[in-house]
Amino acid sequence: MQDYGMPMLLGTIVYAFVNSIILALMAIGFNLTFGISGVANFAYGALYIFSAYATWMGLNLVGMPYPVAAAVSILLTMLAGALMYRFILMRVRGQALSEVIATFGIGLAILEIFRYLGFVGFEYNLPVFVDDSIVLAGVFIDVQRLLIVIIGSAVILGLWWFTHHTRLGLAFRGIAQDERTALTLGIDSDRIALLSVSLGAGLAALAATVIIPLGSISPGEGYDVLIKALAVCIIGGLGSTGGTIVASFVIGFAERFTDTYISSHWTMIVSLAAILVVLTLKPSGLFGKQKELEERI
Amino acid sequence: MKTATILKVAGLFKNFGGVQAISDLHFDLAEGELLGLIGPNGSGKTTAVNLITGFVKPSTGAVFFKGLDITGLAAHRTVRLGIARTFQMVKPFYQLPAYKNMIIPLYSPRVKKLVGGKYGDRDAVALDLLEEVGFERDARVAYKVAGALPQGYLKRLELAKAIALQPDLLILDELFSGLSLAEVASILPIIEKLRRDGKTIIMIEHRLKELFRIADRVIVLNYGQKIADGRAADVMESAAVKSAYLGTE
Amino acid sequence: MQKRRERIDRGINVRSGDVFALCSWREMLYLAGPRVMPVVAILLLPLALGIYWQKVLLSVAVFALLAISWDLLAQTGMISLGQALFFGMGAYVTGILNHYWGLPPLLTIPAAAVFGGLICTALLLPVLRLRGIYFSMVTLILPLMLVRLIEATRIFGGTEGLTGMTPLPSRWLEIYLIVGAMLAALFGFRRLLGTDYGLVLKGIRDNDRSVINAGINIYWYKTQALWIASTVGAFAGSFMTHVYMFVGMPVFALDYSILPIAAAVVGGPGSLAGATLGAFILVPLSEVLRGVGGLRIVFYGVFLVVFIVALPEGIFHYVQRKYYQFERWVEVDT
Repeated sequence: MQDYGMPMLLGTIVYAFVNSIILALMAIGFNLTFGISGVANFAYGALYIFSAYATWMGLNLVGMPYPVAAAVSILLTMLAGALMYRFILMRVRGQALSEVIATFGIGLAILEIFRYLGFVGFEYNLPVFVDDSIVLAGVFIDVQRLLIVIIGSAVILGLWWFTHHTRLGLAFRGIAQDERTALTLGIDSDRIALLSVSLGAGLAALAATVIIPLGSISPGEGYDVLIKALAVCIIGGLGSTGGTIVASFVIGFAERFTDTYISSHWTMIVSLAAILVVLTLKPSGLFGKQKELEERI
Repeated sequence: MKTATILKVAGLFKNFGGVQAISDLHFDLAEGELLGLIGPNGSGKTTAVNLITGFVKPSTGAVFFKGLDITGLAAHRTVRLGIARTFQMVKPFYQLPAYKNMIIPLYSPRVKKLVGGKYGDRDAVALDLLEEVGFERDARVAYKVAGALPQGYLKRLELAKAIALQPDLLILDELFSGLSLAEVASILPIIEKLRRDGKTIIMIEHRLKELFRIADRVIVLNYGQKIADGRAADVMESAAVKSAYLGTE
Repeated sequence: MQKRRERIDRGINVRSGDVFALCSWREMLYLAGPRVMPVVAILLLPLALGIYWQKVLLSVAVFALLAISWDLLAQTGMISLGQALFFGMGAYVTGILNHYWGLPPLLTIPAAAVFGGLICTALLLPVLRLRGIYFSMVTLILPLMLVRLIEATRIFGGTEGLTGMTPLPSRWLEIYLIVGAMLAALFGFRRLLGTDYGLVLKGIRDNDRSVINAGINIYWYKTQALWIASTVGAFAGSFMTHVYMFVGMPVFALDYSILPIAAAVVGGPGSLAGATLGAFILVPLSEVLRGVGGLRIVFYGVFLVVFIVALPEGIFHYVQRKYYQFERWVEVDT
């Protein structure tokens, strides 16, 4: 047993790391939108799937080259997010009940229309970028997963740089901290919120582009992505980027380790238990402290 | 009895993510006293009130009310012990008539205990209380929806809601902000009457002239620290206060 | 020439609503009509319907109960995206009590309502300390995760579910039990929301700080509202388990979460009557649309968006306004 123990542990760690980055990629867009404009985009999972189907159509129906199809689909998803904000969310801005229901309704409509139109099956998948695998510390890992880690890390760092060092990023943070003051400083809060929803949608699309090649596209996946994003955000603390990343690693490692050492049936239960434990002990999430005043009562 | 300490604040600290909102605040408040809490914007006045009432938990330090340690007690519990406050931003239930807005404080467990379980007709009590703070009964102002009332009446409503709780310590957070001189002048007698009835009051105020007419004592905060404490006239002579308010050294 | 629309309370509304001296049958009818007539109609309806449409009415009543429960929570500021949690919990508790312990429906239904409600409340208790959308997020994911839990651990029949539940003694008892429960919930909770207690619940939604500032423990009140709502949902789930004689993973399906929200939103949130009206519109509609299958959920999604954006007050409030007020165009003095 000891001979197998070490490689198994290493393998689990490597795959847990990849899993964590995947979770972070899935959640970061939802978290960004909420963090900036307070819009909880429950259509997030649907936008993720929308972009995957868009890429698929670009590849298989229009015959675009892969990178072009991916880029077009990301732009289309961003546009969809922007339109959703401009024509629907803007009218109910600030009413939590209406925002939640409207985004949830949009998400349902998008996912179920794909299901109705019969976009289900194994032929609905995206090819991996590079079909190869390498050995890393004695563990076989395919290049796609490696790319996910690289792109995921780049997105996280890029986002950090963007919010701390660019004009628009700083405006985002301004709105996030105090919308009224930001308004008096001449920051158009509606425009920023539109951009935040659109950017969140874009991140969902980017995540889909790199993650979907590992599996296949299905409407059910849209609900799964939304659940995972919500779970990560609840545990990390809504609106906190650091929290999102830490929470992704907590769930990512916990899931992979339960998978290897207990049983794959229990992976979902780990997230569920994590949510309930975190909510009980630290209701605003691991890193939700800055928002303590507004969210906790 | 007059000299009994009702509230004791000892070494209170609070920081919000690195910003020191309150540092080492300490003072005693005697029963029946009217304390003015003043200071420039952002000096931590409202935070101090939030710490005392339990809406925010202090980082360190302690608050005693009537000899009881109430540090970090949940806000609804401090209210039950007898501390009532008004909010600077009045946010009534706009679609309800003014007197219906009074139902929630009248539904309070504190009120229920004080009147021995049964209040009788809450609506009638609400109307009486509102008349006390200047809702003219003949004009049926109390029946108007809160959304249709001018700021002056909303502030009165806020005051009435606090009075309804029959508090021992009443904390008024910028009750006069946004009111005209005439409106302030008409609310002042209500506060003076509360004092005569023996209520202990803390007023956060920017209208220094009106405040100094009625305050026994004034505490000045700047950057979360107490920089002066004493009779109104003496405090305003202090160099530290002048520099805080006027920005001169 | 600019004109604006003026709304004036109908004279008959003012006389019958405010003065309490009803002068004619017409006025009495005006007052009683909207309350008594639907009740009578609903009670007579099962007699007029065939077996198929009776089943539809049964499902209308079940979804109306879930919608009422949703509305009650929404009035307290908690927006549930997972009514299926309450429904499913009631269903599974019933299943366990009936399948393993052999208790009769007379006992399982009340027990499942109470205990199912308690379990849901306990599960959601941690979220009550947070404002805003946390409640929505957690209620959305809980039922979906519980399905996985049952699938993974194969407890309570796993993917197969539990079969062979005791049916209710008669078709008529079935229909009148659920319709009666719906009417009781509708009028009972409407009354509850009108009391001072209800005012406190709505106060928590509008301005929680001001309610805390009255020395009221809002967590306790939110817990109570949550328990009431989840008990209503669990009752519906328990009832359906005995009707289908089966309980399984579908009880946590998204349908039970979405349709009630859609009903409440289309009918108009805030009055409970709107939620009921919504169920009476959407459930038969989805029966008619049975042919289009999955497209139904697309319609619900679109309905949600359209109503929330274009007619946020919902159908009920719109009809109510027309009933109580008349409108006319008047010139605007400039």
